[in-house]
Amino acid sequence: MADKPNFNGWSCPLPLRDYERIVIGHGGGGKLSAELVEHLFLPAFDVGVSEELRDSAVIDLGTAGLAESGGRLAFSTDSYVVRPLFFPGGSIGDLAINGTVNDVAMSGAQPIALSSGFILEEGLEMATLARVASDMGTAAKLAGVRVVTGDTKVVDAGQADGVYINTAGIGIIPEGVDIRPGRATPGDVVILSGPIGMHGVAVMSKREGLEFGTEIESDSAPLNGLVADMLAVSKDLHVLRDPTRGGVTASLCEIATTADVGIAYEEALLPIPAEVAGACAFLGLDAMSVANEGKLVAIVAPEDADAVLGAMQANAYGREACIIGKVVDAHHGVVVAKTTFGATRVVDLQLGEQLPRIC
Amino acid sequence: MKYLDEFNDPELAKKLFADIDRVTTKRWAIMEVCGGQTHAIIRNGIDQLLNDKIELIHGPGCPVCVTPLGGIDKALAIASLPDVIFCSFGDMIRVPGSNRDLFQVRSEGGDVRIVYSPLDAVKLAEENPDKEVVFFAIGFETTAPANAMSVHQAKQRGITNFSVLVSHVLVPPAIEAIVDAEDSRVDGFLAAGHVCSIMGTWQYGPLVDKHQVPIVVTGFEPLDVLEGIRRVVIQLEEGRAELENAYPRVVSEEGNVHAQTLVAEVFEVCDRMWRGIGEIPQSGWRLAPAYREFDAELRFDVGAIDSPESELCRSGEVLQGFIKPNECEAFGKECTPRKPLGATMVSSEGACAAYYQYRRLDGIEVEVSAGG
Repeated sequence: MADKPNFNGWSCPLPLRDYERIVIGHGGGGKLSAELVEHLFLPAFDVGVSEELRDSAVIDLGTAGLAESGGRLAFSTDSYVVRPLFFPGGSIGDLAINGTVNDVAMSGAQPIALSSGFILEEGLEMATLARVASDMGTAAKLAGVRVVTGDTKVVDAGQADGVYINTAGIGIIPEGVDIRPGRATPGDVVILSGPIGMHGVAVMSKREGLEFGTEIESDSAPLNGLVADMLAVSKDLHVLRDPTRGGVTASLCEIATTADVGIAYEEALLPIPAEVAGACAFLGLDAMSVANEGKLVAIVAPEDADAVLGAMQANAYGREACIIGKVVDAHHGVVVAKTTFGATRVVDLQLGEQLPRIC
Repeated sequence: MKYLDEFNDPELAKKLFADIDRVTTKRWAIMEVCGGQTHAIIRNGIDQLLNDKIELIHGPGCPVCVTPLGGIDKALAIASLPDVIFCSFGDMIRVPGSNRDLFQVRSEGGDVRIVYSPLDAVKLAEENPDKEVVFFAIGFETTAPANAMSVHQAKQRGITNFSVLVSHVLVPPAIEAIVDAEDSRVDGFLAAGHVCSIMGTWQYGPLVDKHQVPIVVTGFEPLDVLEGIRRVVIQLEEGRAELENAYPRVVSEEGNVHAQTLVAEVFEVCDRMWRGIGEIPQSGWRLAPAYREFDAELRFDVGAIDSPESELCRSGEVLQGFIKPNECEAFGKECTPRKPLGATMVSSEGACAAYYQYRRLDGIEVEVSAGG
């Protein structure tokens, strides 16, 4: 007679936490989900395991100084679907933090908390996810903001592209600060915080496998510190925008339309790095319509321009800030560029994505 | 930036404008053949800054614009087939056929991809042996060598699931058709530098002699264009009609002989429909008999395609220089980049799109002096 099976010494041959890839179960809300949070996300986001995890984060706005600052919150959300996940100068991880930090900062607010929602594709390498999460943690630390709540879902292989991230952020707007596109006023000065087009060109060069001789790095960066420095010299900033998709052109066009003012800039004043200009010439793209992830457009009263520009140039993320144009009481709702030859032309929004030209 | 800043220097531009002013005594109409030149002219406002006597006419040199509607409809039909990966240059994707564009085909489940080189499409075919990979081979002589190379390589490597939908057009027959037109107003031409970098300048001498019209081979940076204009004006004022090469840093008389040999092997000259203009004899290339097996039109039976052009659209007159884009009644009204009636409004190189994008507020005075 054969020996009876002995279950006493039996253990599951699959060590749950050692999956090298994401499986559907990681989004199932069971042990796999919990272990993913405990072993991957919490360490990356610098949250102690001893901290009590609940269904929602609780933020003490009293401690954060909400009442003293007039009681206004800025709240923003954005989803990140970048391909490739890693590119020169950044990754989807730091974009997901910086993008939302910057959106919140464009109201003049200092971000105090972020959420992060992950949609993971079954089969995603755990090491890749760990790298993304680690980039998020590093970026959050640099921006001085914490990721306080999150969620993870897993979809079948082929239903997503590796990892999608949604982040939302809240921040407190200091009293007396009223930054919005509608405040652009004729006479105001248009300031750009630094060289443009780097993020878009960096991603495109990787995505399309194009090599340009020199590597262009994304400018992905948190701008809340820069905005704080600007507000320190003038609370009366009129407009801030981070020119991401659609580039500076899209930001200026939206401001002109919203405020019903004209905006005029000089092409000769635009800070376009040589590598970006070269790549754009090569691909038939317009650098002004290429995405940035660490730049802002500021519109300020002329009397504040020098002080704000000085404060920007004193900050690492605004060192090359410069004036590119002004708001005018003409061609309402329309942006106009003065070309290097001295002619003028209308600057319009791209219809969709810029498409490389044939020849 | 080497090769960019030097050809965009405002001081040199001022000098060229002044030179042109000094030599101009009569009215002249000059056609820039290539869409890339149209783009440079409008983007930099060169036409605004030239003296009133010189009129620039924007020619039919945007390959996207002149691809006939029927050809686009065929592309859309093929791209919609199951198991087809349809590859195209970027700016062809948004060109509307009779009722949709390649973006819409993609949203409806078609596999449409943007490639930078037709050789990428060959690679795709190799990587996807269970799919048919079709490349939309359009363009002037500039894109022809790479397109020819893709077919040549596919044949050499025995890649049977690759084919091309060919709609190639040629510059010299188009110039000939334009000067031959009854009411032609063109006094001189800026020939397309990149076409000549492949084909050389030798094809243009006979045109100059036959029609007594100055042709200056011209580049694409703003100063290149100005220099081309200056040379045409000087010839016209002196009553000369000669072939000049103002783009010698790229163009030679013989051109790229290897490319010409390859193109001559893979393609043969044929009559070709030009969108908005009509058929121009001997103005296109199709696959030569030895390569016909790679012809997507023969490989895929998409039925007879009848594609009437918009009745409102006057892109043909724009392409031939009879009217300026903003003289068309539909310009900016029924026809915008969002809802283009003709391809000249779609391609970023198209004359109508260039006008719409950059010149909607013609005549506005802008004083910038940004204070910086």
